[in-house]
Amino acid sequence: MRSAWAKGDADCLACHGDATMTDANGHSIAVNGDKFQASIHGALGCNGCHADIKGYPHPEHPAKVDCKSCHADEAKNLAESVHRDGKEHPCTSCHGNQHEIFPKSDPRSAVYPLNIPKTCGNCHGNPEVAKKYGFSNVFSMYADSIHGMALSDEGLLVAANCESCHGSHRILSHKDPASSTYKTNVPATCGKCHAKIDADYEQGVHGKAIAKGDLKAPVCSDCHTAHAILQPTESEFRMQSTPICGSCHKDKLSTYHDTFHSQLGLLGGYVQTARCWDCHGAHDVRPSSDPGSPINRANLVKTCGKCHTGANLSFVQYQPHADPHNRKLNPGLFFVRLFMNLLLAGTLTFFVIHTILWLVRSRFHQIRKKSSNGGKDA
Amino acid sequence: MPELEQVTTNEKQVGTGTRYFRRFTAGQRALHATLFTTFLGLAATGMCLRFSDSVWARAVARAVGGFGAILFFHKACAVVLTLAFLIHVRDIFARAIMNREKGIFWGPTSMVANWRDMKDLVAHLRWMVGLGPKPRFERYAYWEKFDYWAVFWGMVVIGFSGYAMWFAPFFARFLPGWALNAVLVIHSEEGLLAILFIFSIHFVNTHLHPDSFPMDMAIFTGVESEEEFKTKHGLEYERLAHSGKLERLLAEAPGTWQINFSKVVGFTAIVIGLTLLVLTLTAYFS
Repeated sequence: MRSAWAKGDADCLACHGDATMTDANGHSIAVNGDKFQASIHGALGCNGCHADIKGYPHPEHPAKVDCKSCHADEAKNLAESVHRDGKEHPCTSCHGNQHEIFPKSDPRSAVYPLNIPKTCGNCHGNPEVAKKYGFSNVFSMYADSIHGMALSDEGLLVAANCESCHGSHRILSHKDPASSTYKTNVPATCGKCHAKIDADYEQGVHGKAIAKGDLKAPVCSDCHTAHAILQPTESEFRMQSTPICGSCHKDKLSTYHDTFHSQLGLLGGYVQTARCWDCHGAHDVRPSSDPGSPINRANLVKTCGKCHTGANLSFVQYQPHADPHNRKLNPGLFFVRLFMNLLLAGTLTFFVIHTILWLVRSRFHQIRKKSSNGGKDA
Repeated sequence: MPELEQVTTNEKQVGTGTRYFRRFTAGQRALHATLFTTFLGLAATGMCLRFSDSVWARAVARAVGGFGAILFFHKACAVVLTLAFLIHVRDIFARAIMNREKGIFWGPTSMVANWRDMKDLVAHLRWMVGLGPKPRFERYAYWEKFDYWAVFWGMVVIGFSGYAMWFAPFFARFLPGWALNAVLVIHSEEGLLAILFIFSIHFVNTHLHPDSFPMDMAIFTGVESEEEFKTKHGLEYERLAHSGKLERLLAEAPGTWQINFSKVVGFTAIVIGLTLLVLTLTAYFS
């Protein structure tokens, strides 16, 4: 028994140790003495927080305990955060029962890394709360993500949990430039763990644009999404990502759609057909003029050769974004397409007219001769 | 089973009321059967690829076992059709060179177009609009020759462009770079033309036309009735009758099972074809 476990506490527990004890309104005012003693505040004893209670009988309405009196920094951060409303988000909403608080390194703590998603999910996994505040059900998306699975299946303490990206007390809206999830801060936030990818990203055109404050450029979450993060090798991810690149690079998406890469890929996730990043790279996307770009002339044989065994210099002259409507850029293709279209239109026009005339004339002929041979002749 | 034999004999006697003549050999019918089954397969899978952003394309892909299966079926049908095509070409050369069959390249029974076909076309068109008498045709009328050569040219063009995509790195050794882009345009446009032509023009001209409706069975049973022969290829009938060779073509009336089998196969092909035509047209214009 700790020295600070004063005799007074035993007095308090004489009443409050009864698990069924309630106040006049029916709220439980019971305290589990063993758990409180083991908790991080156990050493403080009852009086550490309930300083206004000097003896028994005590006032019917003792003063409200204010965590801020010790935890001033946390309270200050919380006051600036999206959870600033103390009534809706008292400290206990995350830290659990006020008499049973453990340090976050303790598996019994509600804010132990492996417990955080469930703790946040109490509200953020609740469809009614989601509806009230208009946010999506991020808890279930996270739970199925690669981070969520690493956490729940492997118990990986380093797997990203809510706090890793959003912080704890000072959680700001992603629209706030000071937030760790504000667009320009996302690469650094993810980069806390994914350091090499962040370094690559900073070197690419998108990273440089973001560094300049160009909010149109994509950050990690634009392609990988924030919560439902999928394995990039999964067909679902490969299906959903091409349109994301195409939402800015519209002309490139449209010419890509004309290719066999796209046609086969669109049929439900053909994993092996080339998507944007298979050729352009994913994180350090560079212009083709950059010798380090996989689509630089000097690197094309290697890049195409990843899938097309035997690719040679002539093979890589294939244009993955050729536009058959553009006579200046693709004259050969333009005339091939023109010829094929004329052939198609000409043949069909002639024969459709021929067929209709013939059909009408034959039927007419048949009806006139019907009596002679039963309508078989035409 | 004496009763059963009795029935069969009766049917044969009824059948002998009309004379039947052989129009297509077993080899030709087998060629057509291979051609249309693989073509249906190629068309169904090819259109899924061409219009891969349409809802039905994905549904079909799922139904056959995924996107990979689509490509597999397409290639499998292509290989079978290529073999059939090569056997046909070999057969033509064998007949022309080994057997010195002159009728293959010129003359009334040849598939090769000649000046007469041009005159037939004009005369036929004149008849359609009521400006002349109904022309009569030799063994292969001009539209039948067109059907043949359209398929022949189509197989060369679609086949070459298809293999060029399949084995692109190999073809790149002797094709210029932009040709690799062009082969997809050629393949898909020519494929579209083939589908639209076969499933609308060929179906109507050959099968749904009033003198054949609902279906011309000659390509399935190999024989046609004397009346059909006279109506459709009157000049050939006359030429053979004059030279006394007509009787050599006399054949047995098609059996009931043969007719039923042909109907099932033919209608299945027509239904699949028309479905593909509707899907293709909706996808093309949407």
